[in-house]
Amino acid sequence: MHEKLKGKVKLGSTTNSTAGFIKTKSFGRVSMVAAVNVSRFEGVTMAPPDPILGVSEAFKADTDEKKLNLGVGAYEPKSYSLMCLMLLRRLAENLMLERGENKEYLPIEGLAAFNKVTAELLFGADNSVLKEQRVATVQGLSGTGSLRLAAALIERYFPGAKVLISSPTWEFPWSEYRYYDPKTVGLDFEGMIADIKAPGGSFILLHGCAHNPTGIDPTPEQWEKIADVIQEKNHIPFFDVAYQGFASGSLDNDASSVRLFATRGMELLVAQSYSKKPWSLCRKDWSNECCLVKSQLKRLARPMYSNPPVHGARIVANVVGNPALFDEWKAEMEMMAGRIKNVRQKLFDSLSAKDKSGKDWSFILRQIGMFSFTGLNKAQSDNMTNKWHVYMTKDGRISLAGLSLAKCEYLADAIIDSYHNVS
Amino acid sequence: MAMRSLISERVSCRSSVLGARWMSSWWRNVEPAAKDPILGVTEAFLADPSPDKVNVGVGAYRDDNGKPVVLECVREAERRIAGTANMEYLPMGGSVKMVEETLKLAYGDNSEFIKDKRIAAVQSLSGTGACRLFADFQNRFHPDSQIYIPVPTWSNHHNIWRDAHVTQRTFHYYHPGTKGLDFAALMDDIKNAPNGSFFLLHACAHNPTGVDPSEEQWKEISYQIKAKGHFPFFDMAYQGFASGDPERDAKAIRIFLKDGHLLGLAQSYAKNMGLYGQRVGCLSVLCEDEKQAVAVKSQLQQLARPMYSNPPVHGALIVSTILGDAELKKLWLKEVQGMADRIIGMRTALRENLEKLGSPLSWKHITNQIGMFCYSGLTPEQVDRLTDEYHIYMTRNGRISMAGVTTGNVGYLANAIHEVTKSA
Repeated sequence: MHEKLKGKVKLGSTTNSTAGFIKTKSFGRVSMVAAVNVSRFEGVTMAPPDPILGVSEAFKADTDEKKLNLGVGAYEPKSYSLMCLMLLRRLAENLMLERGENKEYLPIEGLAAFNKVTAELLFGADNSVLKEQRVATVQGLSGTGSLRLAAALIERYFPGAKVLISSPTWEFPWSEYRYYDPKTVGLDFEGMIADIKAPGGSFILLHGCAHNPTGIDPTPEQWEKIADVIQEKNHIPFFDVAYQGFASGSLDNDASSVRLFATRGMELLVAQSYSKKPWSLCRKDWSNECCLVKSQLKRLARPMYSNPPVHGARIVANVVGNPALFDEWKAEMEMMAGRIKNVRQKLFDSLSAKDKSGKDWSFILRQIGMFSFTGLNKAQSDNMTNKWHVYMTKDGRISLAGLSLAKCEYLADAIIDSYHNVS
Repeated sequence: MAMRSLISERVSCRSSVLGARWMSSWWRNVEPAAKDPILGVTEAFLADPSPDKVNVGVGAYRDDNGKPVVLECVREAERRIAGTANMEYLPMGGSVKMVEETLKLAYGDNSEFIKDKRIAAVQSLSGTGACRLFADFQNRFHPDSQIYIPVPTWSNHHNIWRDAHVTQRTFHYYHPGTKGLDFAALMDDIKNAPNGSFFLLHACAHNPTGVDPSEEQWKEISYQIKAKGHFPFFDMAYQGFASGDPERDAKAIRIFLKDGHLLGLAQSYAKNMGLYGQRVGCLSVLCEDEKQAVAVKSQLQQLARPMYSNPPVHGALIVSTILGDAELKKLWLKEVQGMADRIIGMRTALRENLEKLGSPLSWKHITNQIGMFCYSGLTPEQVDRLTDEYHIYMTRNGRISMAGVTTGNVGYLANAIHEVTKSA
């Protein structure tokens, strides 16, 4: 439609959508009141709803009182844990109000205090990579923004490089290395190793802990083997760490995969998030190369958003940088992780008690973090929503953060029905 | 592009000789990026130990003591918000309330376009994010189009459309001789651009020149753009800051709306609400009807998702709290007027000081121009002298951020400018 209109204009005097203007070299001013411009974006079609964020919108529209939102990975609104996090935030915000901090632009790379505590959180404050200044840290727009910056850096400096992503992974419909084994509802480790042995010099996207959407993490031994292969093939590992602290409840444990790679002296990229949290790049040697890379990251960020938002960064810096608040936050995370483990147990118990088919539901206990890959297919997931008002993503992922103990039995009924009665 | 092919060349040369050894360092070929011309100025200023130093570089408002300001209405809004609202993800399109209020500011409280739901609008990462989102949208749906950008403009505009892979052209805007608008050349450029081009316009308080078209000139520009079927995209970063009155500063947009343009608009609260670091803004596209607006909005959200998923909540809350409360809004309007008045006062003071010093040059443009910036006409060499000899920091295009001028430093500034220009 646009192609037809471009350069061709016809006089029209109605508000009909084909109205346009006379194409002319020059003439005196003419009243333009009657004619309506044709939109340049007339051909724009409706985008499909986002597979994850669209779920919340559908949930909001549902009026059934039994409805459950197990879609997006965020805490259930009335949960105790969320209230505690809010308290923590209030303390941090009060600190900020007291200090009367201003709202000036941050530098492009973000709040220095935030970057410092974030890198320390990930690598451990005593890590040699930090002491030797081999880490370039740039505050990003949560995990998404950090990934996007990294992707832009890779595209600019390594055009044609492959990025290998687990199958499945967060929001990517295509995949490059095997990960999830539907038969065991666990890790296809052999497949993964075979696939990452592929073309040398690629970027391998790894989830630091609590894999999204499956909840399936490699064991420490498996991580060692993965690191071996990546080193051998001279790939660069690219960690997405969105759940540090949420997986096991321990910030240090959850960072062990990243620290393993850093200890081996490998170069890596890391995107971190405090949603449930900027990102770091670790260089093997030459701290000034950190500065070079950082300068290029800034150059990519400037035409995207100029500089990152200050408020959240200050909250983080205040919480993580204040020993009392930090301890409280750590305690919170242990509690949240503990709550999720309890929910997993309750769900497993309900499923095992109610399902007479003898199916093994123990994968729910083996998975870790906010999400569980139920093994339900699209039709079964649709049944969950349409019949039971349980909102989840079509790949069979449920968010346990949105599930209370009281609802576990209802959920178990829904899962059993969907699994056995729908194909 | 040149960088990329250079690196690829080096890659293919080296890898055959060194193989795995080259690949062991991934970032060796990364060159240092050029310093951002604007933000680099502040870095240099901060590093300067001189007690006389003056920062008239970056465009962030300062009070008469040279201190950053957090508006009273903002502090009050934050007190009301602190610890109350949760931090759940906003929808991809951002805060609905904030967007509603923001559209009213630009399109008018009683705008028929708002009533008819013809505006596709999403919360954006301040003005930068709004421009970038539009540039990406333009690239996706009009990949063969080009954007006409005024000369000069905020340097990041070029970066934005370049990174969005949209072909750029320029159009005449500033006339160095008059230090005003090069209206004839501007009109010619509009006429000569291929029909259906995209034009980037500064709605008010042009950055960096401070030169705005008059109302009459805007009407002519609107007419000619319509005649050519061009798409007008407005960047409005200073509504309220130019004259002190947001309604008045939206004049150009209202003219275009009246003339029936289906425009695009980037709005920012960085300056007029002092929310710089919060990154709060809005991108809107006026469509033919509600159905189209819904479709366009869905596509804008799809572009935002892989950039940042959804926008930051805190700043949006501040905006909607203020604009949604009659008292707070009144306070805000008063504070915006105050900021604009102080700047206008400093323009007058700077010009008078220079004239009193007996400068041979004309400095009328200082008070003719409007908004945060004054395009002084200083050459890069003169700017360098100001920095090296007088510790005065500004961008090398001679742009003075009037927000950095105070009653305390205006005399010093005038004297320094006089010294470096008196023999010009």
